[in-house]
Amino acid sequence: MKKITSTLATLVCATGLMAGSVQAQEVLHIYNWSDYIADDTIANFEAETGIKVVYDMFDSNDVLEAKLLAGNSGYDLVVPSSSFMGRQIMAGVFQKLDKSQLPNLQNMDAEMMATIAGIDPGNAYGIPYMWGTTGIGYNPEKVQAALGDDAPVDSWDLVFKPENLSKLSACGVNFLDSADEILPIAMNYQGVDPNSTNKSDWAGVGADVIKAVRPHITKFHSSSYIDSLANGDICVAVGWSGDVFIAAASAEEADNGVTVEYVIPKEGAPLWVDMMGIPADAKNADNAHKFLNYLMRPEVTAAITNYVWYANANAAASAHVDQEILDHPGIYPTEAAKAKLFTFDVLPPKITRAANRAWTAIRTGN
Amino acid sequence: MSKLGARSLIAVPYIWLVLFFLVPFIIVVKISFTEMQYAIPPYTDIVTWADEALTINLNIGNYYYLFTDDLYFWAYISSVRIAFIATICTLLVGYPIAYAIARADSATRNALLMLVMLPSWTSFLIRIYAWVGILKNNGLINNALISVGLIDQPVPMLNTEFAVYVGIVYAYLPFMILPIYANLVKLDNSLLEAAADLGSPPWKTFLKVTLPLSKAGIIAGCMLVFIPSVGEFVIPEMLGGAETLMIGKVLWQEFFNNRDWPVASAVAVIMLLLLLLPITLFQRYQSRQLEA
Repeated sequence: MKKITSTLATLVCATGLMAGSVQAQEVLHIYNWSDYIADDTIANFEAETGIKVVYDMFDSNDVLEAKLLAGNSGYDLVVPSSSFMGRQIMAGVFQKLDKSQLPNLQNMDAEMMATIAGIDPGNAYGIPYMWGTTGIGYNPEKVQAALGDDAPVDSWDLVFKPENLSKLSACGVNFLDSADEILPIAMNYQGVDPNSTNKSDWAGVGADVIKAVRPHITKFHSSSYIDSLANGDICVAVGWSGDVFIAAASAEEADNGVTVEYVIPKEGAPLWVDMMGIPADAKNADNAHKFLNYLMRPEVTAAITNYVWYANANAAASAHVDQEILDHPGIYPTEAAKAKLFTFDVLPPKITRAANRAWTAIRTGN
Repeated sequence: MSKLGARSLIAVPYIWLVLFFLVPFIIVVKISFTEMQYAIPPYTDIVTWADEALTINLNIGNYYYLFTDDLYFWAYISSVRIAFIATICTLLVGYPIAYAIARADSATRNALLMLVMLPSWTSFLIRIYAWVGILKNNGLINNALISVGLIDQPVPMLNTEFAVYVGIVYAYLPFMILPIYANLVKLDNSLLEAAADLGSPPWKTFLKVTLPLSKAGIIAGCMLVFIPSVGEFVIPEMLGGAETLMIGKVLWQEFFNNRDWPVASAVAVIMLLLLLLPITLFQRYQSRQLEA
């Protein structure tokens, strides 16, 4: 179903080459996450508008932010996650959207736009692209073999209770290598505000949960778990919803006897929204607006969701999204599960530093 | 050649050094004395001009901060330790290869040298990534050992410090071989013959004649391996485990995760100062060699 990586690589090479040869043509430089768009989204836009799209990919918010803060990134449209965008708006990275060029804004989901207004007041700078959750990806057979029939696969107990994780360690456990993703989950699990600005909540409460299970975590990585889950090299991963679905799809395609499932644990999990914004120094802001408006067409957004298995924030698109995806509680959570999800605020630098320091201590023992 | 012509010829490497080494370094030093802020660029100005007052703001807090947390100290120590052990291993592997190439006849010699350099023609990143496939639990080595029945459980090698050593030795081997080879190939054969004539067994000749005469090559090779290994980021990131602490990773974290360019710059400046020591020692040794 998804031969995304290779298709995308070809696409990027092709667009890159062509951009070099065409001089006076209208262009648009997009910087998006890897494996995060349908295979015909760009081609259709190019065919329709004649604008040449140069499409580059990144795999971490931090790398994107470093580029944006250095200035002159050369991109006309970028896709940071919401809490990162909140900080970047404060730094003056983005320009205000010209909403007169974006009539399709009416298709967007009002509830999601209101959530996003927390980091982007008045939705002045950004439009939600896709959203997802951070939960548990697991191999049901191996987890059952290790923990028996009543394995708590719907709860963070699975990975945060030493007696559980110690039994799973042998078949491989991966955590995202990200302090600002894992520590809030642990804090929320302990009943503490995941956006606490109290250092001891991060370096104490949150870190203690992870320290207790640290010996049983076999790897910290933010992307390699996709392959490892699909190959059966690991049996549990704390990771991003869409990544786990990619793993599930490649395991199915490889027909290697591995199954992968994703669950949003009942105690609550992070909900993150990837936002599209136009950098203040973008050279092709008009083309970026055209692309944004194109993306907000229900069919275009729905096609991306059907391809990448991330939920979108486009209310009108739901009619075009595959029923299998709409019904999947890991992608479009039930109202009860949704009520338990939490978003990330912009944190003061001191807290970020304390969190990352605690993380290094967890990883290395120093 | 006129004096002016000679001077302008010498000026080229100097301009190169100033433009591509000194200027970037001064910028890094400058950033290390600023404070972080949410802006483009994400640090404060050192010199500000407001209300007809010129203010110079030098923030030494970043350097002070490095001494309040022993993480930086341990990261340096651990980087130097890993680089040191890896350099020794590279020497142990590289010296016999260099020796064999230098002893080979001139036709094979060129072919062998080619073989040493050929892998560098592919991307460094891809070559390191290949080791992931070789070292992982269901990778080449483990599968081979299991299939011949030597082990029945895979030996975890990937994501350990051992894998980091393998990566460094593999990646930097040409930098060790080439200077030692260049040195050994110039070795006067009559010295070895003289030693043999005087009844010295081959191992003794090696220890007393060949090895001391190739000292300069060994030192050059070790420097070329040690210095980049200390700041290595890619190899520990791809092959090392979570507990592998190296200064390159700490720098990455300061720059990308904490978004604290000033502290990241301070770490970089200190690292450079720390590396300056072995470089100066090496240069002094070299100039002494030239004089002798």
